[in-house]
Amino acid sequence: MCSLEKRGNLFILTLTGKNVEHRLNPEVLSSIISALSRAKAKSTRGSALVTVSHGKFFCNGFDLDWVNATGSKQEAQQRFDYSLDCLTQLVQAFISLPMPTVAAVNGHAAAAGVVIPLCHDYVVMRRDRGVLYVNDLEMGLKIPELYMAFFRAKTSGWALRDLVLRGLKIKGEELLKMGIVDAVYDGEEGVTNAGMKMADDLARRKWDGEVYAEIRKGLYSEFCGMLGIASKAIGTPKL
Amino acid sequence: MCSLEKRGNLFILILTGQNGEHRLNPNLFSSIISAISRAKVESTRGSALVTVSHGKFFCNGFDLDWVNAAGSDEETQQRFNLLLDNLKQLVLAFISLPMPTIAAVNGHAAAGGVVLALCHDYVLMRRHRSVLYMIDLDLGIKIPEPFMALFRAKNSGSARRDLLLRGLKIKGEEALKMGIVEAVYDGEEEVTNAGIKMADDLAKRNWHGEVYAEIRKGLYSELCDILGIASIPIATPRL
Repeated sequence: MCSLEKRGNLFILTLTGKNVEHRLNPEVLSSIISALSRAKAKSTRGSALVTVSHGKFFCNGFDLDWVNATGSKQEAQQRFDYSLDCLTQLVQAFISLPMPTVAAVNGHAAAAGVVIPLCHDYVVMRRDRGVLYVNDLEMGLKIPELYMAFFRAKTSGWALRDLVLRGLKIKGEELLKMGIVDAVYDGEEGVTNAGMKMADDLARRKWDGEVYAEIRKGLYSEFCGMLGIASKAIGTPKL
Repeated sequence: MCSLEKRGNLFILILTGQNGEHRLNPNLFSSIISAISRAKVESTRGSALVTVSHGKFFCNGFDLDWVNAAGSDEETQQRFNLLLDNLKQLVLAFISLPMPTIAAVNGHAAAGGVVLALCHDYVLMRRHRSVLYMIDLDLGIKIPEPFMALFRAKNSGSARRDLLLRGLKIKGEEALKMGIVEAVYDGEEEVTNAGIKMADDLAKRNWHGEVYAEIRKGLYSELCDILGIASIPIATPRL
């Protein structure tokens, strides 16, 4: 599923998920959401979270074996929709997390798996291995409105088009040009260490977590609006 | 006016017309919109469309001679408004077209002509002998909202400002840097062939046209809201 480690002010979330592809099903998603709840409960000023994984894949999307292991097409659709709902809850949890978040992408992320790194504030990625692959078009699937809003929050113009409308397996260097990832590194150790260092640097800024989360939500205003996550009023400190 | 040629899976829309500026008036609008409708009707999986023209101009905007040949100030305004409505219909038609679209801009494009180019998924341009010129500011004409929404979807930041608010005649290389065009070519034949080749490459991906159009509309969510184009639900295929 996943594991959460605390190292000083850093929360390190390790994705394992189902099998080497770190596939997502409701159980896995629920486990990650719990981990984030724990991080939130223990958060203080100057907390930060970095999400890592190991091996060839970062996250290859929904557990379609589980989705399709039912008696009918209708039931399979229900399982898919349920997975999507759980994913949406996870995105909400990331977006509301009162601390900076960094995803260290060591391997491939596809389909729903692309959403995971992108719901972090910062993404660092391997240069030498790993692609982001939004494959909905290839699969003949329309991207749900909510997730189009999510992608629109992250990127725009030709980069948005190339991310969702071109069936591309996009490598780190290209994603850097597109402004979707912040930096690229060689090797799994390289990117994982860089992710931790970045999280550490952000943690040292000692930001008020609640304020951080509220400002962050403003970057996803359309998405939050569709989900009904209202912005909260925060007592004004001495200015 | 224009002609629509079918070459295998490709639809080639050719802007023709004697005066060479391919100015947009009710006749040309009607001709282009009919051609797009025909392409839509005849489309299959793996269709694509490329728009080309020949000569000094791609499209130099509205036919202001026709607008100003009206009997009165009131009629002049009515004619202008009619052209705006037609341009809206044209944008709607392109954005709903169930296949990838490419504009091979061989010559100058101004105002409405820039809108025409930019409502394609990809724009290729000549390196020399071709500028994109949003002349509206220089002419003292406000750019109406639906088209502003198109520009906002395509560009952001300083590129958006430079396209709309600076009276610039933007050449190929600059348009490339601004992320407005995909690639630049020397010569009319080169850009036209490149457009056809790109259309062919995209057609070979064999995407579901309906799904393609729905994801594409997500790139233009604000514009679609303004034009009242609802998203259609699409039945989920075997996962």
